[in-house]
Amino acid sequence: MSDELLGLSAAQQTAKIESGEVGAAEVFEYWRGRAARDDLNAYLWVADEVPGDPGSLPPIAVKDLFCVRGVPSQAGSRILEGYRPPYTATSVEKLENAGIRVLGKTNQDEFAMGSSNENSGFGPVQNPWDTTRVPGGSSGGSAAAVAAGTAPWAIGTDTGGSIRQPASLSGIVGLKPTYGAVSRYGMIAFASSLDQCGPLTRDVTDAAILLGHLQGRDPCDSTSIGIPGGVELPSAEHLDGLRFGVWGMHEPGLEPGVAEQVDATLAKIEELGGGVEEIELPNAKYGIPAYYVIAPAEASANLARYDGVRYGPRKGNGDLTALYEQSRHDGFGEEVRRRIMIGTYALSSGYYEAYYGTAQKVRTKIAEDLSAAFERVDFVVSPTSATVAFKLGERTQDPLAMYLSDYYTVPMPLAGIPAISIPCGLSEGLPVGFQIAGPAFSEPRILDAAHALEQRIGFDRVPVR
Amino acid sequence: MTTTESEVRAYEPVIGVEIHVQLKTRTKMFCGCALSFGDEPNTHTCPVCLGHPGTLPVANAEAVHFALMIAMAFECEIAPRSIFHRKNYFYPDLPKGYQISQYDIPLARKGRLGDVRIHRVHMEEDAAKLIHTGSSGRIHGAETSLVDFNRGGTPLVEIVTEPDLRSPHQAAEFGRLLQATLRRMGVSDVNMEEGSLRVDANVSIRPAGTATLGTKAELKNMNSFRFLERGIAAEIARQEEIVHAGGEVEQETLHYDPQSGSLTSLRSKEEAHDYRYFPEPDLVPVAPTEEMLKRARDALPELPAARAERLERDLELPAETARLLAFRSELGDFFESAVESGDSGAEGGAVLATGQGNVRALANWTMNELPARIGDSDPAGTALKPAALAELVAMVESKQVSANAAKEVLDVLVAEGGSPAAVVEAKGLARAESGELVEIVDRAIADNTDAVEKIRAGKAQAIGAIVGAVMRETKGRADGGQVQRMISERLGA
Repeated sequence: MSDELLGLSAAQQTAKIESGEVGAAEVFEYWRGRAARDDLNAYLWVADEVPGDPGSLPPIAVKDLFCVRGVPSQAGSRILEGYRPPYTATSVEKLENAGIRVLGKTNQDEFAMGSSNENSGFGPVQNPWDTTRVPGGSSGGSAAAVAAGTAPWAIGTDTGGSIRQPASLSGIVGLKPTYGAVSRYGMIAFASSLDQCGPLTRDVTDAAILLGHLQGRDPCDSTSIGIPGGVELPSAEHLDGLRFGVWGMHEPGLEPGVAEQVDATLAKIEELGGGVEEIELPNAKYGIPAYYVIAPAEASANLARYDGVRYGPRKGNGDLTALYEQSRHDGFGEEVRRRIMIGTYALSSGYYEAYYGTAQKVRTKIAEDLSAAFERVDFVVSPTSATVAFKLGERTQDPLAMYLSDYYTVPMPLAGIPAISIPCGLSEGLPVGFQIAGPAFSEPRILDAAHALEQRIGFDRVPVR
Repeated sequence: MTTTESEVRAYEPVIGVEIHVQLKTRTKMFCGCALSFGDEPNTHTCPVCLGHPGTLPVANAEAVHFALMIAMAFECEIAPRSIFHRKNYFYPDLPKGYQISQYDIPLARKGRLGDVRIHRVHMEEDAAKLIHTGSSGRIHGAETSLVDFNRGGTPLVEIVTEPDLRSPHQAAEFGRLLQATLRRMGVSDVNMEEGSLRVDANVSIRPAGTATLGTKAELKNMNSFRFLERGIAAEIARQEEIVHAGGEVEQETLHYDPQSGSLTSLRSKEEAHDYRYFPEPDLVPVAPTEEMLKRARDALPELPAARAERLERDLELPAETARLLAFRSELGDFFESAVESGDSGAEGGAVLATGQGNVRALANWTMNELPARIGDSDPAGTALKPAALAELVAMVESKQVSANAAKEVLDVLVAEGGSPAAVVEAKGLARAESGELVEIVDRAIADNTDAVEKIRAGKAQAIGAIVGAVMRETKGRADGGQVQRMISERLGA
């Protein structure tokens, strides 16, 4: 039975548990063993035994930044080394209530700042498709674990692309929900106005199942709303009458191999009865600069609490200033320090309007571009990433090149709208992701469209290892 | 020609105050921890108010309700949508590294209290409490600093006035009115010593008659209105001295030490923080609904300023008496109940209704004799009934009992309750009857021949010895004035 599980989606495994073919404890133990043998550095912590109540669905890999009571939750940062929260994130609690147990905590870029998982305080993660390459980031551990078959499914967070980009580079499905669809309570914050929790799964159906459990208004998060009407399992097999607006196909950085797979996917949309037209998002090109002002600005405040006083390692000689400086210097990695500096500067007196104020205006413009697009089309589609997985170390010395990894994924969180990345083929033997975005709270329609397309594409999801 | 004196007179102080009020809500501003004062340190904390990773604030609806009441009490314009900001700075009493406060879109603006315009009213959270060991008493140089997070996250309302105050006394009086008003509303303990009411003053001087504002200094955290008044006076004197010496006042934050009367600089303008305010993304705007506004409006009681006016107008009380009763609203409540008991024809009522003299006397007894017996506590919490006080005062006014005897009766009523008539009866304190008094006076004259001689020789003050003898004999039941008149008549003096 056990090895049969590896080939099944979480939904298929659930059916086997329900029918009594396999016990939930057996399923948990199978995945626990797989996770414990992870050789990609995808996990930072794995459950050491099957819980007393093993639940009723396959267990889940959870990005490190989700607080889980009594379990190391370090957001990939040395400054939270040894931190075991006294409480559990609402999203994880909702999964627990649905019968989904925590299998392990996955590696990530420190405080979700990065696009390659190389900024982790606990070392980089390898891409199961090619271990000399990155899995993408910041939810790199979650993506790699699902792709490599060391987790049946996973959750991560997306701020500027941190679910969709690693899903794309690792050949799996990743969904960033509408801002407010899922509670942020207990998610260690990077940029509060952008962060959103979402699933990383083998297929669209698993993503829909997880989203159904995760979404909902939470009294502990004032900005949470839930998805009105909830989430149904996707069943569409055609795209009749649906209009898809494609953008960003003429960007100089777009790899021809990626463009080819995306074009082939557009052709499949038409075969399924959908209409494809090219659209413009005139301000999308300002997404990256606006994002890299807003996100660091919020992060500079969100990360101020890591001062060595109440939790995490305390450094310095006892003098207050030295305590702050030493604890923060030693605890934060280079990229985190860079973004705190950028964000602090952008909020400073005399610079606020020029940087933060302008970035907020750009954010509004991008949201308006997308609203205008949705007047004409049902979905806005593009490559998820301009490139396939890049080599470990390739972009670490060039922060700007790294930032541009999020070119296609940044506009959606800036506008607060949902988007999914599904694998659509291979280029040079590596996965290519196809992104489908829709208006706020259109997750059910996005999932339906992605489901129909997924059937047609028939992506072979198992990396050759 | 300028003399020093005319130069002193040529400057006028301009004062504005910033007041922080801890709200008396059940729980903290952004989490469910109970408010507390003086409890075991760090027993009212949770992941949210300790700033644990991943936690989020949720605004306390009761705090918003209280803040709306305050804004309405000050006749402010309430913002249809106000927002919270993050005020960023590092300090161990601030677990998140920022304070959630309102900044450029506060809850309310443009109000007034008495003659003073209110600039703004906004909501924020309190910091935790630091305790420094070592001689410095401050964090730098302390051997150890301890943090008590019980206070961290307590809801605060900050009230900022326009610079409408012109003297230290006026500033202190405004503070008292504000304190009485908030206390009446029941939204805060407004206790300066415990820190539930904290007053900062911005002080500047300018040539009298000019409209420009001088450079201000900020006096921090005065813990009584007396010290506020003295601190402002000291600061005005300091600024005048600087200006007279040809210098310029610098913008700085000062601490006033009431013990030594000295002012020390906490920080200069150059050292001022850049708080890097930006909108708090974890909270949604505060957009009061019609229902919320109505609920706040309906919850407002009659406020002290209005009550003082009404007592003065309707009951013809002297302004100062009306003000004192209105400012200590528990005394005002007791007084008004007593008046009502008279109006409604209850015990003593018929007598009380005979004239304003009784109402004034009742006010004086409430203001003077009650606090002398019960201190700051609420008279409603004693055995004394308002109607009993009204009856007692009426008995004094109608000369059924002397003032001295009535005070003795009041002692009993406060401790044990009951009716004044019964106490007077039981203690034999009724005013001595005229017939009885004549006998006693005659006896006293006969017994004090020395004094009689002196009076006849023109030493009028010698009458005191005879009066004293009568009072001793009657155990104070007699009216001193009447006794004196009777003696004078008999001696033909």
